[in-house]
Amino acid sequence: MTELSSWAQIGYLVAAVLFILGLKGLSHPRTAVRGNLYGSTGMLLAVVVTLFDRAIIDLRMLAIGLAIGAVLGVLIALRVEMTSMPELVALFNGFGGIASVLVATASAIEAVGRGTATLQLNVAAAATVVIGAVTFTGSLIAFGKLRELITGRSISFPGLQALNVVLFGSCLVLGALTVIQPEQTLWLWILIALAGLLGVLVVIPVGGADMPVVIALLNSYSGLAAAATGFVLSNSLLIIAGSLVGASGLILTQIMCKAMNRSLMNVLLGKGQAAGGDTASADEVYAGKVKATSADEIAILLETAQRVVIVPGYGLAVAQAQHAVRDLTQTLERAGATVEFAIHPVAGRMPGHMNVLLAEAEIPYEQLKEMAEINPTFEQVDVAIVLGANDVVNPIARQDPTSPIAGMPILDVDKARTVVVIKRSLSPGFAGIPNPLFAADNALMFFADGKQAVIDINKAIQEAS
Amino acid sequence: MEFVVALTLFVLAIFLGFELITKVPPTLHTPLMSGSNAISGITLVGALLAAGTGFSPLVTWLGVAAVALATINVVGGFLVTHRMLGMFRRKG
Repeated sequence: MTELSSWAQIGYLVAAVLFILGLKGLSHPRTAVRGNLYGSTGMLLAVVVTLFDRAIIDLRMLAIGLAIGAVLGVLIALRVEMTSMPELVALFNGFGGIASVLVATASAIEAVGRGTATLQLNVAAAATVVIGAVTFTGSLIAFGKLRELITGRSISFPGLQALNVVLFGSCLVLGALTVIQPEQTLWLWILIALAGLLGVLVVIPVGGADMPVVIALLNSYSGLAAAATGFVLSNSLLIIAGSLVGASGLILTQIMCKAMNRSLMNVLLGKGQAAGGDTASADEVYAGKVKATSADEIAILLETAQRVVIVPGYGLAVAQAQHAVRDLTQTLERAGATVEFAIHPVAGRMPGHMNVLLAEAEIPYEQLKEMAEINPTFEQVDVAIVLGANDVVNPIARQDPTSPIAGMPILDVDKARTVVVIKRSLSPGFAGIPNPLFAADNALMFFADGKQAVIDINKAIQEAS
Repeated sequence: MEFVVALTLFVLAIFLGFELITKVPPTLHTPLMSGSNAISGITLVGALLAAGTGFSPLVTWLGVAAVALATINVVGGFLVTHRMLGMFRRKG
């Protein structure tokens, strides 16, 4: 591979700075759009600089690849529904991963052919194809699970972990072989196949509820694959940009694990939350204590409320109730109440997903409050409305150290003066345990479909006033 | 580029990444993921270099396939992020 010119290197430096400014812009919704433009400008600059550099000979083929990719990219990005964001990100992670595999393979073959292969190139190529292939097949499985093309439940069989260990060991052996005998490209192809199989087997045991963690982790891997490709090509920009993304994905993975009270290992092994020793049965918790309510009663409560907090869960998105919620919010605000949204980190299917869904329904971001910010204020809340959320508002997490969700960070809605829970039934959430909140003295249950319930409440308020 | 130089860039960029990302509010975590995903499509630059050297048909085809896939990642990623960020508006 011929060295890039100094001009190209400087162009890459500017692109790297633009990526950094782009990520910095994401620290506030006000500056985020501009940040994203910086990032995309950096990418365009990097591509243009590369195309004009002397290393490029055949432009026609490149134009075809770029055109196909750009058209497909635009079509996908404009058509995707916001509820499908997790699938989209999973798919794009996979594309990035496989692209890195192809680049590393092509570069290794060329370097061997030209007799310019170095130890760094060979080791980096082996690392790239392993990370990239795992990212690719793992992402496709994650995509399939999220789209429900394959079951969202954990798929496992005896010996799966042992098989994964053997596969990983084989990848190490083959990686060593590609380094020792780089002229034998067959090793590289076998390595790609094995790593691809590993990616499938690592993600199939992960249950649907744990998908946010896996997507964040694969996000990190797609970045690391790009960084490893940078080592193959001795390209500074790939190393810098790839590492930035690798770090980002790791942080999000950590945040998600903490919010779900799970260790990364448990998520990856598909282990459920350990069942508690003596969890109370649903009958003991609920019998005779659950108070059902109606839209009219809730309307009366809300008319006098000064401060209302809505706690959305994924059930809200499933019921497509975002716009109905926005209408209710506006009705309450016209009546003089302040309305906020308390958003648990795992309220959606990926980090920050619920915020996007509410933003799409034109709910201003100032009203979207994160857990740490809103929790200390629940005692001053007149009415908290829980909509399609369960485990993340279960006070057991604070009270019972033997519970499967003990220590999980929750929204302290039980401290509000009145809690209205809109839910179809008393069925448990992912943790599979009853929720004492539903039987609390200050709680009222409204058994209904989320969207219809919100519409009915809104109507009841408007009729009364 | 020398290996040590490459490694230095890698380690420093990881630290920089941690500093930058911890400042992103949870509200923007989904756009962060799609946007950083688009940035990881930087492998497109490597794909262009691999596809454009005309070394052999196999290398060229691998490179062109990588160019197409990485371009989907880049163009789709930045565009969908732009769409999403446009939804985050201020009150009033």
